[in-house]
Amino acid sequence: MGEAEFLFLLTGLKWTVLLSLVGFIGGGVFGLAVALLRTSGIAPLERGTASYIALFQGTPLLMQLFVVYYGLALIGLKLDAWVAVAIGFTLHASAYLGEIWRGSIEAVPKGQTEAAKALSLHYLSRMKDVILPQAIRISLPATVGFLVQLIKGTSLAAIVGFTELTRAGNIISNQTFKPLLVFGIVGILYFLICWPLSLYGAHLERRMATASR
Amino acid sequence: MNEAATSAAAPANAMIDMFHVEKWYGDFQALTDINLSVRKGEKIVLCGPSGSGKSTLIRCINHLEGYQKGEIRVGGTRLGDDARTIDAVRREVGMVFQHFNLFPHMTVLQNCMLAPMRSLGVGKAQAEATARELLQRVRIAEQAEKYPAQLSGGQQQRVAIARALCMKPKVMLFDEPTSALDPEMVKEVLDTMIALAEEGMTMICVTHEMGFARQVADRVIFMAGGAIVEEAPPEAFFSAPRHERTRKFLGEILQKH
Repeated sequence: MGEAEFLFLLTGLKWTVLLSLVGFIGGGVFGLAVALLRTSGIAPLERGTASYIALFQGTPLLMQLFVVYYGLALIGLKLDAWVAVAIGFTLHASAYLGEIWRGSIEAVPKGQTEAAKALSLHYLSRMKDVILPQAIRISLPATVGFLVQLIKGTSLAAIVGFTELTRAGNIISNQTFKPLLVFGIVGILYFLICWPLSLYGAHLERRMATASR
Repeated sequence: MNEAATSAAAPANAMIDMFHVEKWYGDFQALTDINLSVRKGEKIVLCGPSGSGKSTLIRCINHLEGYQKGEIRVGGTRLGDDARTIDAVRREVGMVFQHFNLFPHMTVLQNCMLAPMRSLGVGKAQAEATARELLQRVRIAEQAEKYPAQLSGGQQQRVAIARALCMKPKVMLFDEPTSALDPEMVKEVLDTMIALAEEGMTMICVTHEMGFARQVADRVIFMAGGAIVEEAPPEAFFSAPRHERTRKFLGEILQKH
């Protein structure tokens, strides 16, 4: 395996990182919205988001990407692969992060909300200043865990034509007939982006734990 | 609005008025025909066995709990179900909880500054000055930069009192403020409350501290089964309780002390 092949893998890695970022950012923004709606106390919104979460947690990511890309094309909505994948990952990540954060918001003791209400803090401040900072701390291990999963899940984008890291590995492996070597390198590349994220999560947890002591 | 119908006889200097307030949790009636008028500067002690509705009663005053029938007025504002009146009332009413409920991720100072800045729109410098002054008043100014978990229970509860006072409330509600404290810390919190009472604050305290009731209360109210059973000035309440249930309760409570 020569330099050209390795560079090809790195191009794949670039797509993997970009897809992950789209999932992180889209999932973060919409996941927060899902979590807030899910805990809003407004019954139709809570039921709606609960069904959404159930749907996306109950079906494979591969199928979700498939439906967004090919399914929408069937009903005449032809999306660019990038847009389709961005929508797919955002929907997927929003459901999972929404559920993780819903749990963390509910894990913050009720007295915190009551104290904030008694101090006449309105909803926005109650969430932003009081509840979410505590909920984020509670959710950190699960959030980081999911993000690591998501990075690895981006390999499924190959089905709509993305040559991300896994698919790039597949191509090179077919050219060089050295699957063990190629996928060894692919594995190391995944590890090199996932492991620091896990470390960073653990670091954040420790820092936040000290801050609250 | 059908205000005139129920709120006829409110005295001019009433701070809190409750007229025929009723509350249910499903089929269970938590409050039955509560009528209570608290004058400006008055100190009320609410006592009664657990489950008698005393906490529920004061939690209705700042709408931490809703109620189904009757009317509550705070400083002239009729407490409805809408965000506007609830907000108006909460700005006038401070509350101290059994478990302090300080915000654990903020320092003592930040705990005290948050609400004035966010809900009253006070500037940062002004909020800090007020916070430091009130922390001084509850004698805990030197702990301002610490986090709640670094303080003892008694200190935390004094911070909670200062935090509520930073909103410059007209009324303070205390929901069993010393029940979660170790015995040796009860006094420091009661002393803070006594000082506050002496400054003329209108206070409603749910507490079993009968010494505090004797010393501070203008009226002691005994509740049982969600209703007000007896209401009297402390001397009369303790020396000559009229109702059998009050006598039984006092017998049990005073035995413990």
